[in-house]
Amino acid sequence: MSAPGKVGFSKAVYTRPRSLVDVKSHFCPGCHHGTIHKIVAECIDRYGLREKTIGVACVGCSVFLYDYIDVDVVESPHGRAPAVATGVKRAQPDKFVFTYQGDGDLAAIGTSEIIHAANRGENLSVIFVNNTTYGMTGGQMAPTTMLGQKTSTTPYGRDFRGDGYPIRMAELLAGLEGTAYSARVAVSTPAQIRKAKESVRKAFEMQIGGMGFSIVEFLSTCPTNWGMKPLDAQKRVLGEMSEYFPPGVFKERKQADFA
Amino acid sequence: MSAPAASPAKRILTKGNEAICLGAVAAGCRHYYGYPITPQNDIPEYMAAHLPALGGTFLQAESEVATINMMLGTSASGKRVMTSSSGPGISLMQEGLSYMAGSELPAVIVNISRSGPGLGGIAPSQGDYFQAVKGGGHGGYRLIVLAPHSVQEMYTLTMLAFDLADKYRTPALILGDAIVGQMKEPFVASPYDPASTAEKPWALTGCAGRERRNVKSLHLKDNAIEVHNWKLHEKYERIRKEEARAESYMLDGATIAIVAFGTAARVSKTAIQWARKEGIAAGMLRPITLFPFPGREVFELARTVDVLLVIEMNTGQMVEDVRQCTPLHDRIAFLGKPCAMPTPEEILERIRLLAGRKG
Amino acid sequence: MTGDIIMAGFGGQGILMVGNLLAITAMEEGKHVTWFPAYGVEMRGGTANCTVVVSDEEIGSPVVGRPKGLLIMNGPSMEKFLPMLTPGGDLIINSSLVEERQVTRNDIRLLSVPADDIARDRIGSRQMASMVALGAYVARSGIVSLSTVFDCLPKVISKKYEKFIPLNVNALKEGAALAGFHA
Ligand SMILES: Cc1ncc(C[n+]2csc(CCOP(=O)(O)OP(=O)(O)O)c2C)c(N)n1
Ligand code: SF4
Ligand SMILES: [Mg+2]
Repeated sequence: MSAPGKVGFSKAVYTRPRSLVDVKSHFCPGCHHGTIHKIVAECIDRYGLREKTIGVACVGCSVFLYDYIDVDVVESPHGRAPAVATGVKRAQPDKFVFTYQGDGDLAAIGTSEIIHAANRGENLSVIFVNNTTYGMTGGQMAPTTMLGQKTSTTPYGRDFRGDGYPIRMAELLAGLEGTAYSARVAVSTPAQIRKAKESVRKAFEMQIGGMGFSIVEFLSTCPTNWGMKPLDAQKRVLGEMSEYFPPGVFKERKQADFA
Repeated sequence: MSAPAASPAKRILTKGNEAICLGAVAAGCRHYYGYPITPQNDIPEYMAAHLPALGGTFLQAESEVATINMMLGTSASGKRVMTSSSGPGISLMQEGLSYMAGSELPAVIVNISRSGPGLGGIAPSQGDYFQAVKGGGHGGYRLIVLAPHSVQEMYTLTMLAFDLADKYRTPALILGDAIVGQMKEPFVASPYDPASTAEKPWALTGCAGRERRNVKSLHLKDNAIEVHNWKLHEKYERIRKEEARAESYMLDGATIAIVAFGTAARVSKTAIQWARKEGIAAGMLRPITLFPFPGREVFELARTVDVLLVIEMNTGQMVEDVRQCTPLHDRIAFLGKPCAMPTPEEILERIRLLAGRKG
Repeated sequence: MTGDIIMAGFGGQGILMVGNLLAITAMEEGKHVTWFPAYGVEMRGGTANCTVVVSDEEIGSPVVGRPKGLLIMNGPSMEKFLPMLTPGGDLIINSSLVEERQVTRNDIRLLSVPADDIARDRIGSRQMASMVALGAYVARSGIVSLSTVFDCLPKVISKKYEKFIPLNVNALKEGAALAGFHA
């Protein structure tokens, strides 16, 4: 942390969020996981939730959530975070509960758990990181991998004949009655980061207001497994990824329509 | 179905599956997750009817995979939690059980087992012994396994399962079957006498006024996972030393000792009564805990009798553990019946045969 | 007194309920007792059955292969269970629905009880047929005392239907009287 006196600033205008642990992360250069962690920490702080939060970590590059976010965290088996979070929230309805999941975790192995948590309207929030690949295991095809995208298990590019299509989870989950809020955001420009934060705030407010299930899908990078320089990875998010996975709000429950 | 019994000294005619619910509720369990499967549906049905009024949660999950993970979350929150299922569902829970054992989370899992493998059938069976005792999930862990043989024990062992699970921070499994689950017999709702009131200083409740905590099974750094495995091992050794339980039934002067658990043990009691009337000195050692297995008792018993007759409702699983406990292998006989209860007549016939051979 | 019985009929005839009543009665008389129902797919097709074992000693199996008693409330159950009855055992049939010529064995003690007719004509409710049959079985077997059965009725009949207890008592008595006639 900067010591304002020493470097001659009169007032700190930017500080690390209280809920973000002051350690070096293990994420690769240009990876968005770090940015997304920070947004989550900022929103936890904004509502003073730190001391009543239980985070649920998934299996993927973000498994070390408990090293970075200064809250209680339980680790879940691959894909099962929404079920684990359900168990936490049902046991402690007054606490704030969120999951942090990758696209392999949420949209492949954990499809059943996410759909049913949403459909039950579980009052919890989901941070969903779509980087179109399995980062942790070395860049295999994810359910969100783009058509034509080469991964270590689609060496000739993803072909819908046999591999199917990239899944748009934010839209899919928006279609469920239990979902209170579903949005897709990106964090490749400062403006997008501001928007993303707004969405996470909305999602958290849904939980705070007892409105039901909320999810924010982040378009994220994996320069390492995409075989791209960080800047090119940003361009890919802004270009083909945003085209197929358009950012936007797909469902937002107003108090009035909450039966 | 009746609510928890008012007068503790009173005998009430109760179904085994319901006795499990009464035991769980008496032990303070207020959270139940599950998915329907025969022959244990009375349990979720009871919990659905009664837990809400007790301020608890009943949730019918989308699968047993989700079930066990909901339990993981509730257990990590420091609350007592239970599920019940049967073979196919317990198979789906193995992943979560491994995680819970690794994360040192207590919970009670009830297996009202049926015949297998695969969809098998709903006939009573003890084919899940290996899965329960050796661990069907990955990584090398143990579950505490209790085997009730009466409605009364469905009640008392459920309470004990919660205590042991909390005491040792590990999942405990009740291995029953359709016979003890579906039958009714008189039982007494004895008051719950907690054997452990373990505080849960590890529970995740929000980090108000303290450092943050985590509950996890991943240990990547240095040799952390090796250290963790030794820690678990030491715990399992302590459980072995302190928690083995068995019933000695008519073992005084016995020359033929049956070793059987659960329903097989129950049926054996009738055969033993008949054999004694014929002047054959038969008796039984009934393991109540399958893990820890009452190995010392088996070892001692093998030295004093002519025959250890192991009886199981499978083609031979626990018998392997019995063999491990004694070097006197030529004294071990086996009667197995997969997916069915041996009749007292069948057992008596074998006892007579063995008595003749030795006599 | 030791005995066991399989009771079988259509779902809705109250088979499980009268079995339960018998078990509770035995319990109140201080005996060991078990009650075991058909469960799962066995219940499909609208049949119901249960086994009650009563004993002075600890009971091993709650399921019996050779019951000493059989209470048959409908035709299909006869086919299924008659072969199992111990020679010399008691067979109670609901002769309103089961024809005597279906009884293909003569090494057993048969008691025909027109349970549905009695229930309808003398008690005023066909619902009481199983109760009539139970009365006959209890009187015939002596497994428990009929008066304890009366005492236990409130334990199986919910408060809402309390007013029907006298009807149940009458049904049990009608059945018992029938057993007396045939004894
Ligand atoms: C049951 C099971 N299968 C496979 C794995 C291996 N595995 C670990 S992380 C992962 C994929 C992670 O990808 P994603 O969820 O997209 O997260 P990312 O690393 O990209 O952030 C897989 C397959 C596992 N841990 N458990
Ligand atoms: S592998 Fe990909 S997702 Fe994982 S930390 Fe590196 S860049 Fe991020
Ligand atoms: Mg990914």
